[in-house]
Formats: sequence, structure tokens, C-alpha cells
Amino acid sequence: MSTKLKILVPVKRVIDFAIKPRINKAGTGVEKKGVKFSINPFCDIALEESLKLREANKGLVEKIHAVSIGPTKAQDILRTALAKGADTTTLVDVGEEEVEPLNVAKILQKVVEKEESNLVILGKQSIDDDANQTGQILAGLLNWPQATNASKVEVSGDEVSVTREVDGGSDTLKAKLPMIITTDLRLNEPRYASLPNIMKAKKKPLEKLKASDLGVEISSRLETLKVEEPPARAPGIKVENVDELVAKLKEVNAI
Amino acid sequence: MFRAIASKRLFSYSAAKLDTLAFIEVANGKVSPASLSAISAAKEIGKPVTGIVLGPEGDKGKDSAAKVDGLSKLLVAKDAKYDHYLAEEVAPLLKEVVTKNGFTHFITPASAVGKSFLPRLAALLDVQPVSDIIKVVGEDTFVRPIYAGNALATVKSKDSVILASVRASAFPPAELSNDASIEEISESVESGNRTEFVGEELVQSERPELGSASRVVSGGRGLKNKETFESLMNPLAEKLNAAIGASRAAVDAGFCDNSLQVGQTGKIVAPELYVAVGVSGAIQHLAGMKDSKTVVAINKDPEAPIFNVADIGLVGDLNEAVPELVSKL
Repeated sequence: MSTKLKILVPVKRVIDFAIKPRINKAGTGVEKKGVKFSINPFCDIALEESLKLREANKGLVEKIHAVSIGPTKAQDILRTALAKGADTTTLVDVGEEEVEPLNVAKILQKVVEKEESNLVILGKQSIDDDANQTGQILAGLLNWPQATNASKVEVSGDEVSVTREVDGGSDTLKAKLPMIITTDLRLNEPRYASLPNIMKAKKKPLEKLKASDLGVEISSRLETLKVEEPPARAPGIKVENVDELVAKLKEVNAI
Repeated sequence: MFRAIASKRLFSYSAAKLDTLAFIEVANGKVSPASLSAISAAKEIGKPVTGIVLGPEGDKGKDSAAKVDGLSKLLVAKDAKYDHYLAEEVAPLLKEVVTKNGFTHFITPASAVGKSFLPRLAALLDVQPVSDIIKVVGEDTFVRPIYAGNALATVKSKDSVILASVRASAFPPAELSNDASIEEISESVESGNRTEFVGEELVQSERPELGSASRVVSGGRGLKNKETFESLMNPLAEKLNAAIGASRAAVDAGFCDNSLQVGQTGKIVAPELYVAVGVSGAIQHLAGMKDSKTVVAINKDPEAPIFNVADIGLVGDLNEAVPELVSKL
């Protein structure tokens, strides 16, 4: 027996991974004006995995729906997702405010119901707030099985087998659909969208909603009192050779 | 008399409401080093700390767990279904324990296990957890790194039960000289879990555990291949009695196992000595090691960003410098 997959891939728009963020003058957050934004790398991997599942298993995947919860501009990354191969998308426009993982998961729960998803693949963490929570919270809300930090995903019938990266090595879990998977870096190498596909993506469906349309009220539980630079390291020295290195290490009692 | 009853009730109420529950991860019958650091963080919250160990592993490790300083009591839930710490089983049990006993705080190490079940527990309790705290400011206020450690956010939780995971490298491990009372608990929670543990492949190593080692030697792309990685890094690690780490580039190229990756998405370490060999020092790598006490970098590229955080830098060919260093240590 085989169940057709209706995959939901939540994607987040974040400051590009290669950019070193700067703290804003008020010390309340990170400067976002004039900064390059991209799809969160782990979300990109999640999308790629859903595309791979479709390509590797003929007829297995019924649809791939990408969703983003963020500012209006997050539709850019949804267009990218469509260009890469997602079928349909939803933008839940919440403005510029950062939405906490608990709220994101509550919104996603509604989207799962709306799209009748039976597999949700998310990135393991977003590289801005580094929370590593949303997938697990969603799994908890839905009471679905979860497999975090996936480095390998195999679907056979309605059973999914996931190899996970854990401290000290890897382990493998197996569960029946529906389930939640979060992706590790090692899972795959995301593709680039080709120009013709980018053009075609402009005609693909992008639904725009507000959190209130889904009946979710966003209320933050954590108050950010301040955001500051980490303490700077004292400048180091360069040594000319190994002897000097060893001498210096002894001097600072490191050996 | 009324007053006596009232004050007694008040007392039992506040006593019950005052405690912090700390999850203690046990592997091979031993308390994980990350758990010892998490207990130190739990103590800083300023309330009595009750520990909890789960499953067959927890049962094996309960005697050593009871010795962890700062614990007023240790709870043991020994059902076989808690083996391998599946989040689907662990979260409902902890929800039961937290709500039944009125714990106000729940603390776990930010290990793979802690990161997996804590948010699931949060969903069941309808609270927003605080990940990877590096400082306890007050009982509801914590500091945590964001943007790969490029910024530190001070956050205050408004939740009635505060859930937090602890970055082990930011807190000293608790000592083992306590004698907490052990209490077996028999909460039985039907989780309806449909997840099955199939198996695991753990990397066997003679070296100290990466997350808690006092010295770490780390290799990057500059090592070129697996053979060079092993032939250069192993003797250096042995000489220094250090754990071996790696950059993402080295892991992706297959020089060593994924579990050795140091960085934003790998292990976060803060040893006394960190020796980076052939590591360029991308933001994501620095996120995992820049709180090390002394950083040594050996790299042939004088412009490599790793030199910006290195206390001692040597510009040179690692194929010559590392063997020479090994022979002179």
C-alpha cells in the first residue's frame, strides 16, 4: 500500500549566510536595511529533499507546497521555491516583526490542515535566531512522529526511514506517515533555479494570507531586552616558526 | 488555627512552585558532561534543583547522577520505552512530571537529545522555549547567541513554565560529591508514539569527547584528504591529549565523521586550547569555537579569517609545521 505524499515545506527569509550581521544603533536587534536576504540554507535543503523524493519515486508525490511566514518580501523566496519545483505556495504576511517558533508552528499547523499535508520537511534551524525548535514544536502540536537533523530520508509505502545526525554519530528512526522531518546540512546539495523556470514560476500560484485568516493570534512570549556584540577577542600575535609557537604556548600555560 | 492552615498551605504551595527540573542525559551508564554543565546553569536560577533520569540508561546511571552537586532530589523513570530518548515518548512524560509537581523551570543540555525533545515538550505545555542559553541573568532572563554567535540577545520569558536548553561550553560542569535522594516515579503516559528506533552507528574513539574536551585540535580543507587528516591530526591530538574536531569543508570532503564538525550547525566547543589546522575560519566555524581560551591557527594563507580570532598564528605549510610541532611538544 502506498500513500501519496502531500509535502509541506516551510521556508524562511533570512539575512544571507555569508554576511556578517551588524547590531543596530539602538541595541534592539540586527540591522536589516540594505542587507542581502536569502532563503535559509536549511530550508533550501528541505525543499531540495522534497523535489528529490518526487524525482526518485514516480507517482509518489502528489504536491509540494511551500509556505513562508514573514514580511511581504518573503514572496521572493517563495518565487524561488516555485522556480525550483514547488507546485504551490502560501505567504503568511506577518509584517517585519520576528515571529517566535511557537507562533510559527501554530500557523504551520493550520496550513498543514488546509493543505492536508502528510509530510512536513523543515530546516533544522534558521541561521538568524538559531532556535532549532519549529519542526519539533509543530510535531508536538500535531502529535506526529518527528525525525530531526536528517541526513538520509527513504520512503517505502507509507513508512519513512530517516537517518539522523546525533552526538557521536548517527541513528535511524522509522515511522509511518504523517510525520515531520528536519534537515541537516548533509542531506543533499540544493539545485539552482534555471532562468526559464524562474520565468515560469511567475505564473505559478502564490496565495497571500494573514495570520488572522488562519485564526492564529500572534503573541510573543519572549521579550528581547537587548542585543549586543559579543565581547571582542584581544588581538593575537603571529609567530615565525614552530619553536616560537611552542615557546608561546608554554608562556600562556596552554601546554 | 485558620492561620496555621493558611500558612501551611502557602508553604506547600510555594515549596512546590519553587523547583527547577533538570534533565540528565546518561550514556553508557554515565552522566553526560553536557548535563553536568546544564546543572550548573540550573543552580544559577536560584531555586532547588530536582534532577530526572529516564529509561534503562537513566536507571544504570542513577547512582552517579545522584552525586551531581546541586541536586536536592533525583527522579528516576525507568521504563524501557524511554531508551534512546525518543522525543515522542520523553515529551509527554516530562509534561506530566512538570505539571504534576508544579515545576517553574525545566532545563536540559542543548545536546542532540535535548534539542530534539525540548520544543516538543514546549508544544505540549504551550510555552516558547529558550534555546542554547549562555548566561543566567535572573530567574526569567537569559542571554543566548543569535546569528551564529555574532550577536548576544538578552531575553525575558513571560511564560509560566520556563523551558531552556543550556550551551554546555558556557557553564562549568557540576562536581560529583553530592548524595541526593533517589525517588522512582511511576508516571505512566500513553504517548501513542508511532516512531521506532531502528539502530545507531556511533563513532568509537579513544579521544576525549569533543564537546567537553579541554583541548581540541581541528582540521580543515587545507589537509587535502582523509589520509593527511589522519596522519597529521591523530599524532597531534595524541600528544596534546586533545579531542579531534573539523570544519564543515573537511567533513563534507569526507576527511572525517560528521559528528566531529565544529560550528554553528555542529558542536559548540570552548576548550582551554583550540588548534585550527588548515581551517580558513568561516563565520559558521567561528560560531563553534571562538569562546575557546587560547586559539592557535596554522594556515598558509596569511589573509585567512581564522587569524582574526587566533591568539597565536603561524603562517606556514601545515605538512611541515604539524609534524614539527608534534616532535617538539
